[in-house]
Amino acid sequence: MAIEVRIPTILRSYTGGAKVVEGSGDTLSDLLSDLDARHSGLRGRLVTEEGGLHRFVNVYVNDEDVRFLGALDTKLSDGDTVTILPAVAGGAFGFAAAAAMLGNPL
Amino acid sequence: MARYDSLLDACGGTPLVGLPRLSPVVPPGAPPVRLWAKLEDRNPTGSVKDRAALFMVRAAEESGGLRPGDTILEPTSGNTGISLAMVAKLRGYRLVCVMPENVSTERVQLLRMYGAEIIFSPAAGGSNQAVATAKQIAAEHPDWVMLFQYGNEANARAHYETTGPELLRDLPSITHFVAGLGTTGTLMGTGRYLREKVDTIDIVAAEPRYGELVYGLRNIDEGYVPELYDATVLTRRFSVGTRDAVLRTRQLVEVEGLFVGFSTGAVLHAALAMAHEAVKAGRRADVAFVVADGGWKYLSTGAYGGTLADAEEALEGQLWA
Repeated sequence: MAIEVRIPTILRSYTGGAKVVEGSGDTLSDLLSDLDARHSGLRGRLVTEEGGLHRFVNVYVNDEDVRFLGALDTKLSDGDTVTILPAVAGGAFGFAAAAAMLGNPL
Repeated sequence: MARYDSLLDACGGTPLVGLPRLSPVVPPGAPPVRLWAKLEDRNPTGSVKDRAALFMVRAAEESGGLRPGDTILEPTSGNTGISLAMVAKLRGYRLVCVMPENVSTERVQLLRMYGAEIIFSPAAGGSNQAVATAKQIAAEHPDWVMLFQYGNEANARAHYETTGPELLRDLPSITHFVAGLGTTGTLMGTGRYLREKVDTIDIVAAEPRYGELVYGLRNIDEGYVPELYDATVLTRRFSVGTRDAVLRTRQLVEVEGLFVGFSTGAVLHAALAMAHEAVKAGRRADVAFVVADGGWKYLSTGAYGGTLADAEEALEGQLWA
Protein backbone atom coordinates (compact mmCIF):
# COMPACT_ATOMS: atom_id res chain seq x y z
CA MET A 1 0.00 0.00 0.00
CA ALA A 2 1.53 3.27 -1.11
CA ILE A 3 0.98 6.52 0.73
CA GLU A 4 2.63 9.69 -0.50
CA VAL A 5 4.31 11.68 2.26
CA ARG A 6 5.36 15.32 1.75
CA ILE A 7 8.40 16.28 3.80
CA PRO A 8 9.04 19.89 4.88
CA THR A 9 12.40 21.51 4.10
CA ILE A 10 13.64 21.26 7.67
CA LEU A 11 13.20 17.48 7.79
CA ARG A 12 14.71 16.63 4.40
CA SER A 13 18.04 15.88 6.01
CA TYR A 14 16.36 12.61 7.01
CA THR A 15 15.18 11.80 3.48
CA GLY A 16 18.35 12.54 1.57
CA GLY A 17 16.82 15.80 0.39
CA ALA A 18 13.66 14.18 -1.01
CA LYS A 19 10.53 16.35 -0.94
CA VAL A 20 8.20 13.41 -1.30
CA VAL A 21 8.67 9.86 -0.06
CA GLU A 22 6.40 6.82 -0.08
CA GLY A 23 5.45 4.62 2.81
CA SER A 24 2.81 2.23 4.03
CA GLY A 25 0.74 1.56 7.11
CA ASP A 26 -2.84 1.16 8.32
CA THR A 27 -2.48 4.09 10.71
CA LEU A 28 -0.36 7.22 10.87
CA SER A 29 1.72 5.63 13.62
CA ASP A 30 2.40 2.56 11.44
CA LEU A 31 3.33 4.81 8.53
CA LEU A 32 5.82 6.80 10.62
CA SER A 33 7.44 3.58 11.84
CA ASP A 34 7.66 2.31 8.27
CA LEU A 35 9.29 5.58 7.17
CA ASP A 36 11.69 5.50 10.10
CA ALA A 37 13.02 2.13 8.92
CA ARG A 38 14.30 3.81 5.78
CA HIS A 39 14.79 7.36 7.08
CA SER A 40 16.22 6.77 10.51
CA GLY A 41 15.41 9.45 13.07
CA LEU A 42 12.40 10.93 11.25
CA ARG A 43 9.81 9.49 13.62
CA GLY A 44 11.66 10.91 16.60
CA ARG A 45 11.36 14.43 15.16
CA LEU A 46 7.57 14.10 14.90
CA VAL A 47 6.58 12.04 17.92
CA THR A 48 7.51 12.91 21.51
CA GLU A 49 8.91 10.47 24.05
CA GLU A 50 5.45 10.41 25.65
CA GLY A 51 4.11 9.04 22.35
CA GLY A 52 2.14 12.08 21.13
CA LEU A 53 2.61 14.31 18.13
CA HIS A 54 5.19 17.03 18.68
CA ARG A 55 3.44 20.31 19.64
CA PHE A 56 5.02 22.26 16.79
CA VAL A 57 4.34 19.67 14.09
CA ASN A 58 1.15 19.53 12.07
CA VAL A 59 0.32 16.43 10.05
CA TYR A 60 -2.46 16.40 7.48
CA VAL A 61 -4.07 13.44 5.72
CA ASN A 62 -5.57 14.62 2.43
CA ASP A 63 -5.30 18.19 3.77
CA GLU A 64 -7.11 17.48 7.05
CA ASP A 65 -5.32 17.92 10.40
CA VAL A 66 -4.87 14.48 12.01
CA ARG A 67 -5.37 15.90 15.51
CA PHE A 68 -9.10 15.96 14.65
CA LEU A 69 -9.07 12.49 13.04
CA GLY A 70 -7.49 10.39 15.78
CA ALA A 71 -3.93 11.75 15.83
CA LEU A 72 -1.38 8.90 15.53
CA ASP A 73 -4.26 6.40 15.32
CA THR A 74 -5.67 8.09 12.20
CA LYS A 75 -6.61 5.41 9.67
CA LEU A 76 -4.85 5.54 6.31
CA SER A 77 -5.77 4.10 2.92
CA ASP A 78 -3.91 3.43 -0.28
CA GLY A 79 -3.56 6.62 -2.30
CA ASP A 80 -3.76 8.98 0.69
CA THR A 81 -1.45 11.96 0.80
CA VAL A 82 0.18 12.84 4.10
CA THR A 83 1.63 16.34 4.52
CA ILE A 84 3.96 17.22 7.37
CA LEU A 85 4.40 20.92 8.23
CA PRO A 86 5.96 22.89 11.06
CA ALA A 87 3.41 24.94 13.04
CA VAL A 88 3.38 28.58 12.05
CA ALA A 89 0.63 31.08 12.79
CA GLY A 90 -0.66 33.92 10.68
CA GLY A 91 2.14 33.66 8.19
CA ALA A 92 5.81 33.72 8.85
CA PHE A 93 6.00 37.36 9.75
CA GLY A 94 3.22 37.19 12.29
CA PHE A 95 4.71 34.04 13.67
CA ALA A 96 8.13 35.58 13.94
CA ALA A 97 6.72 38.70 15.54
CA ALA A 98 4.90 36.66 18.13
CA ALA A 99 7.98 34.61 18.84
CA ALA A 100 9.93 37.83 19.36
CA MET A 101 7.43 39.17 21.82
CA LEU A 102 7.54 35.94 23.73
CA GLY A 103 11.28 36.27 23.93
CA ASN A 104 11.98 33.13 21.90
CA PRO A 105 15.13 33.53 19.83
CA LEU A 106 14.70 32.72 16.16
CA MET B 1 -29.26 50.53 11.62
CA ALA B 2 -27.38 52.54 9.02
CA ARG B 3 -26.42 55.73 10.92
CA TYR B 4 -23.43 55.87 13.28
CA ASP B 5 -21.84 58.57 15.43
CA SER B 6 -18.32 57.79 14.18
CA LEU B 7 -16.43 55.36 12.00
CA LEU B 8 -15.48 53.25 15.03
CA ASP B 9 -19.17 52.78 15.81
CA ALA B 10 -19.63 51.41 12.29
CA CYS B 11 -17.31 48.45 13.05
CA GLY B 12 -19.05 45.06 12.74
CA GLY B 13 -22.70 44.51 11.87
CA THR B 14 -21.58 43.16 8.51
CA PRO B 15 -23.97 41.56 5.99
CA LEU B 16 -24.41 37.80 5.68
CA VAL B 17 -25.16 36.98 2.07
CA GLY B 18 -26.34 33.73 0.52
CA LEU B 19 -24.41 32.14 -2.34
CA PRO B 20 -27.15 30.37 -4.31
CA ARG B 21 -24.97 29.72 -7.37
CA LEU B 22 -22.05 28.22 -5.46
CA SER B 23 -24.18 26.18 -3.07
CA PRO B 24 -24.28 22.54 -4.21
CA VAL B 25 -27.34 21.21 -5.95
CA VAL B 26 -29.17 18.61 -3.86
CA PRO B 27 -31.25 15.73 -5.27
CA PRO B 28 -35.03 16.32 -5.48
CA GLY B 29 -36.62 15.98 -2.05
CA ALA B 30 -33.30 16.18 -0.20
CA PRO B 31 -32.82 18.80 2.53
CA PRO B 32 -31.21 22.10 1.39
CA VAL B 33 -27.46 22.74 1.67
CA ARG B 34 -26.64 26.43 1.60
CA LEU B 35 -23.49 28.55 1.73
CA TRP B 36 -23.44 31.97 3.39
CA ALA B 37 -20.65 34.58 3.29
CA LYS B 38 -20.06 36.96 6.22
CA LEU B 39 -18.71 40.07 4.50
CA GLU B 40 -16.02 41.30 6.89
CA ASP B 41 -14.51 43.39 4.11
CA ARG B 42 -17.39 45.78 4.86
CA ASN B 43 -15.65 46.93 8.04
CA PRO B 44 -14.14 50.47 8.26
CA THR B 45 -10.68 49.59 6.89
CA GLY B 46 -11.87 46.66 4.82
CA SER B 47 -11.00 43.65 6.94
CA VAL B 48 -12.14 41.48 9.84
CA LYS B 49 -9.18 42.80 11.86
CA ASP B 50 -11.04 46.03 12.65
CA ARG B 51 -13.05 44.15 15.25
CA ALA B 52 -9.97 42.82 17.04
CA ALA B 53 -8.05 46.11 16.80
CA LEU B 54 -10.92 48.07 18.32
CA PHE B 55 -11.44 45.57 21.16
CA MET B 56 -7.71 45.30 21.93
CA VAL B 57 -7.30 49.08 22.11
CA ARG B 58 -10.42 49.49 24.25
CA ALA B 59 -9.27 46.73 26.61
CA ALA B 60 -5.85 48.37 26.98
CA GLU B 61 -7.52 51.72 27.66
CA GLU B 62 -9.77 50.20 30.30
CA SER B 63 -6.91 48.41 32.04
CA GLY B 64 -4.82 51.59 32.07
CA GLY B 65 -2.15 50.07 29.85
CA LEU B 66 -2.80 52.64 27.15
CA ARG B 67 -3.10 56.35 27.98
CA PRO B 68 -3.78 59.31 25.67
CA GLY B 69 -0.78 60.12 23.50
CA ASP B 70 0.87 56.71 24.02
CA THR B 71 2.73 54.91 21.25
CA ILE B 72 1.68 51.46 20.03
CA LEU B 73 4.43 49.33 18.47
CA GLU B 74 3.26 46.58 16.11
CA PRO B 75 5.53 44.36 14.03
CA THR B 76 3.09 43.75 11.17
CA SER B 77 2.56 44.62 7.55
CA GLY B 78 -0.86 43.00 7.38
CA ASN B 79 -4.49 43.84 8.04
CA THR B 80 -3.98 44.19 11.78
CA GLY B 81 -1.53 47.03 11.17
CA ILE B 82 -4.01 48.83 8.94
CA SER B 83 -6.85 48.37 11.44
CA LEU B 84 -4.69 49.51 14.34
CA ALA B 85 -3.55 52.55 12.37
CA MET B 86 -7.14 53.66 11.87
CA VAL B 87 -8.15 52.99 15.48
CA ALA B 88 -4.99 54.67 16.81
CA LYS B 89 -5.66 57.74 14.69
CA LEU B 90 -9.23 58.11 15.92
CA ARG B 91 -8.41 57.35 19.58
CA GLY B 92 -5.34 59.59 19.75
CA TYR B 93 -2.36 57.21 19.73
CA ARG B 94 0.78 57.02 17.68
CA LEU B 95 1.36 53.75 15.83
CA VAL B 96 4.77 52.51 14.80
CA CYS B 97 4.89 49.45 12.50
CA VAL B 98 8.05 47.45 11.91
CA MET B 99 8.20 45.51 8.67
CA PRO B 100 10.68 44.19 6.11
CA GLU B 101 11.42 46.74 3.37
CA ASN B 102 10.23 44.36 0.64
CA VAL B 103 6.51 44.30 1.56
CA SER B 104 4.06 45.39 -1.15
CA THR B 105 3.74 49.11 -1.85
CA GLU B 106 -0.03 48.97 -1.28
CA ARG B 107 0.57 48.03 2.35
CA VAL B 108 3.08 50.79 2.91
CA GLN B 109 0.88 53.40 1.25
CA LEU B 110 -2.19 52.33 3.20
CA LEU B 111 -0.40 52.39 6.54
CA ARG B 112 1.13 55.80 5.89
CA MET B 113 -2.20 57.16 4.70
CA TYR B 114 -3.79 56.10 7.97
CA GLY B 115 -1.00 57.89 9.82
CA ALA B 116 1.22 55.01 10.93
CA GLU B 117 4.97 55.47 11.09
CA ILE B 118 6.99 52.71 9.50
CA ILE B 119 10.39 51.43 10.47
CA PHE B 120 11.89 49.23 7.79
CA SER B 121 14.26 46.40 8.44
CA PRO B 122 16.60 45.12 5.71
CA ALA B 123 14.85 42.82 3.22
CA ALA B 124 17.80 40.47 3.18
CA GLY B 125 17.20 39.57 6.82
CA GLY B 126 13.52 38.73 6.17
CA SER B 127 11.16 38.27 9.08
CA ASN B 128 13.94 37.37 11.45
CA GLN B 129 15.60 40.72 10.87
CA ALA B 130 12.30 42.58 11.25
CA VAL B 131 11.74 40.85 14.53
CA ALA B 132 15.25 41.62 15.71
CA THR B 133 14.64 45.27 14.80
CA ALA B 134 11.29 45.30 16.63
CA LYS B 135 12.89 43.75 19.72
CA GLN B 136 15.63 46.35 19.67
CA ILE B 137 13.11 49.19 19.35
CA ALA B 138 10.98 47.75 22.13
CA ALA B 139 14.03 47.58 24.39
CA GLU B 140 14.88 51.21 23.63
CA HIS B 141 11.29 52.33 24.30
CA PRO B 142 9.94 50.38 27.26
CA ASP B 143 6.95 52.75 27.46
CA TRP B 144 5.66 51.75 24.03
CA VAL B 145 2.73 49.35 24.08
CA MET B 146 2.57 46.05 22.17
CA LEU B 147 -0.95 44.63 21.97
CA PHE B 148 0.24 41.15 20.95
CA GLN B 149 -2.79 39.91 19.02
CA TYR B 150 -1.74 36.23 19.25
CA GLY B 151 -2.21 36.14 22.99
CA ASN B 152 -4.59 39.05 23.57
CA GLU B 153 -7.90 37.72 24.89
CA ALA B 154 -9.65 40.87 23.63
CA ASN B 155 -8.94 39.65 20.09
CA ALA B 156 -11.07 36.51 20.61
CA ARG B 157 -13.57 38.39 22.80
CA ALA B 158 -14.30 40.79 19.92
CA HIS B 159 -15.70 37.81 18.02
CA TYR B 160 -17.40 36.24 21.04
CA GLU B 161 -19.28 39.48 21.66
CA THR B 162 -19.97 40.61 18.09
CA THR B 163 -19.31 38.18 15.19
CA GLY B 164 -20.87 35.18 16.96
CA PRO B 165 -24.12 36.91 18.02
CA GLU B 166 -24.49 38.53 14.57
CA LEU B 167 -24.23 35.13 12.87
CA LEU B 168 -26.74 33.45 15.15
CA ARG B 169 -29.17 36.36 14.80
CA ASP B 170 -28.96 36.27 11.00
CA LEU B 171 -28.78 32.49 10.58
CA PRO B 172 -30.41 30.67 13.52
CA SER B 173 -30.30 27.44 11.47
CA ILE B 174 -26.46 27.56 11.17
CA THR B 175 -24.82 24.10 11.11
CA HIS B 176 -21.19 24.98 10.22
CA PHE B 177 -18.93 27.96 10.85
CA VAL B 178 -15.77 28.13 8.72
CA ALA B 179 -12.99 30.73 9.04
CA GLY B 180 -9.29 31.19 8.46
CA LEU B 181 -6.79 30.28 11.14
CA GLY B 182 -4.07 32.83 11.87
CA THR B 183 -4.07 34.39 15.32
CA THR B 184 -7.04 32.02 15.85
CA GLY B 185 -9.05 34.93 17.35
CA THR B 186 -11.98 34.72 14.89
CA LEU B 187 -12.42 30.97 15.29
CA MET B 188 -11.93 30.91 19.07
CA GLY B 189 -14.30 33.77 19.83
CA THR B 190 -17.03 33.05 17.28
CA GLY B 191 -16.63 29.30 17.76
CA ARG B 192 -17.07 29.44 21.54
CA TYR B 193 -20.15 31.62 21.28
CA LEU B 194 -21.84 29.50 18.62
CA ARG B 195 -21.05 26.23 20.39
CA GLU B 196 -22.69 27.51 23.57
CA LYS B 197 -25.87 28.26 21.62
CA VAL B 198 -25.92 25.46 19.02
CA ASP B 199 -24.38 22.35 20.54
CA THR B 200 -24.29 20.36 17.29
CA ILE B 201 -22.46 23.04 15.30
CA ASP B 202 -19.25 22.23 13.43
CA ILE B 203 -16.46 24.80 13.87
CA VAL B 204 -14.06 24.39 10.95
CA ALA B 205 -10.63 25.98 10.48
CA ALA B 206 -8.99 26.60 7.10
CA GLU B 207 -5.29 27.23 7.33
CA PRO B 208 -3.37 28.64 4.37
CA ARG B 209 -0.53 26.37 3.25
CA TYR B 210 2.15 28.68 1.93
CA GLY B 211 5.10 28.06 -0.31
CA GLU B 212 8.13 26.38 1.18
CA LEU B 213 10.05 29.58 1.80
CA VAL B 214 7.59 30.55 4.49
CA TYR B 215 8.22 27.33 6.40
CA GLY B 216 11.98 27.58 6.16
CA LEU B 217 12.51 27.48 9.88
CA ARG B 218 15.73 26.09 11.14
CA ASN B 219 14.21 23.71 13.61
CA ILE B 220 10.86 22.17 14.51
CA ASP B 221 11.31 23.47 18.05
CA GLU B 222 11.11 27.02 16.68
CA GLY B 223 7.46 26.55 15.70
CA TYR B 224 4.73 28.57 17.28
CA VAL B 225 1.13 27.98 18.36
CA PRO B 226 -0.73 31.17 19.38
CA GLU B 227 -1.63 31.42 23.06
CA LEU B 228 -5.26 32.04 22.06
CA TYR B 229 -5.52 28.63 20.33
CA ASP B 230 -7.69 26.02 22.03
CA ALA B 231 -8.11 22.94 19.85
CA THR B 232 -11.26 21.86 21.74
CA VAL B 233 -13.20 24.73 20.15
CA LEU B 234 -12.66 23.24 16.68
CA THR B 235 -14.33 20.25 15.08
CA ARG B 236 -12.02 19.99 12.09
CA ARG B 237 -9.01 21.76 10.63
CA PHE B 238 -7.91 21.86 6.98
CA SER B 239 -4.70 22.93 5.29
CA VAL B 240 -5.44 24.58 1.95
CA GLY B 241 -2.73 24.97 -0.67
CA THR B 242 -2.13 28.03 -2.84
CA ARG B 243 -3.66 26.50 -5.97
CA ASP B 244 -6.97 25.60 -4.29
CA ALA B 245 -7.12 29.02 -2.61
CA VAL B 246 -6.58 30.84 -5.92
CA LEU B 247 -9.10 28.61 -7.72
CA ARG B 248 -11.82 29.30 -5.12
CA THR B 249 -11.00 33.02 -4.97
CA ARG B 250 -11.57 33.26 -8.73
CA GLN B 251 -14.69 31.10 -8.54
CA LEU B 252 -16.19 33.42 -5.93
CA VAL B 253 -15.88 36.49 -8.15
CA GLU B 254 -16.82 34.64 -11.36
CA VAL B 255 -19.87 32.85 -10.02
CA GLU B 256 -21.14 35.07 -7.21
CA GLY B 257 -19.56 38.46 -7.94
CA LEU B 258 -17.63 38.53 -4.65
CA PHE B 259 -14.10 39.96 -4.99
CA VAL B 260 -12.08 38.64 -2.04
CA GLY B 261 -8.52 38.11 -0.82
CA PHE B 262 -6.83 34.72 -1.20
CA SER B 263 -7.32 33.66 2.41
CA THR B 264 -11.07 33.71 1.74
CA GLY B 265 -10.52 31.36 -1.20
CA ALA B 266 -8.91 28.92 1.23
CA VAL B 267 -11.87 29.29 3.59
CA LEU B 268 -14.38 28.72 0.78
CA HIS B 269 -12.49 25.55 -0.19
CA ALA B 270 -13.11 24.09 3.27
CA ALA B 271 -16.70 25.40 3.34
CA LEU B 272 -17.46 23.68 0.03
CA ALA B 273 -15.99 20.43 1.36
CA MET B 274 -18.41 20.64 4.30
CA ALA B 275 -21.32 21.41 1.98
CA HIS B 276 -20.55 18.46 -0.30
CA GLU B 277 -20.23 16.11 2.68
CA ALA B 278 -23.68 17.21 3.82
CA VAL B 279 -25.16 16.58 0.35
CA LYS B 280 -23.61 13.11 0.27
CA ALA B 281 -25.02 12.31 3.72
CA GLY B 282 -28.44 13.74 2.83
CA ARG B 283 -28.22 16.22 5.71
CA ARG B 284 -29.47 19.80 5.86
CA ALA B 285 -26.63 22.33 6.13
CA ASP B 286 -26.27 26.08 6.51
CA VAL B 287 -22.54 26.71 6.16
CA ALA B 288 -21.44 30.24 7.09
CA PHE B 289 -17.90 31.35 6.31
CA VAL B 290 -15.86 34.50 6.86
CA VAL B 291 -14.73 36.78 4.04
CA ALA B 292 -11.72 38.26 5.86
CA ASP B 293 -10.97 40.98 3.31
CA GLY B 294 -11.46 42.10 -0.28
CA GLY B 295 -9.03 41.45 -3.10
CA TRP B 296 -7.79 45.02 -3.58
CA LYS B 297 -4.58 44.71 -1.59
CA TYR B 298 -3.53 41.62 -3.55
CA LEU B 299 -4.03 42.82 -7.13
CA SER B 300 -0.31 43.53 -7.55
CA THR B 301 0.41 39.80 -7.08
CA GLY B 302 -1.06 39.27 -10.54
CA ALA B 303 -2.69 36.08 -9.23
CA TYR B 304 -6.23 37.07 -10.27
CA GLY B 305 -5.45 36.51 -13.95
CA GLY B 306 -3.48 34.05 -16.08
CA THR B 307 -3.29 30.32 -15.53
CA LEU B 308 -3.52 28.72 -12.11
CA ALA B 309 0.09 27.61 -12.44
CA ASP B 310 1.16 31.22 -13.09
CA ALA B 311 -0.84 32.38 -10.08
CA GLU B 312 0.69 29.69 -7.89
CA GLU B 313 4.15 30.78 -8.95
CA ALA B 314 3.32 34.46 -8.37
CA LEU B 315 2.30 33.66 -4.81
CA GLU B 316 5.19 31.33 -4.01
CA GLY B 317 7.05 32.68 -1.04
CA GLN B 318 4.42 35.34 -0.36
CA LEU B 319 2.16 35.62 2.63
CA TRP B 320 -1.06 35.68 0.66
CA ALA B 321 -3.36 35.52 3.68
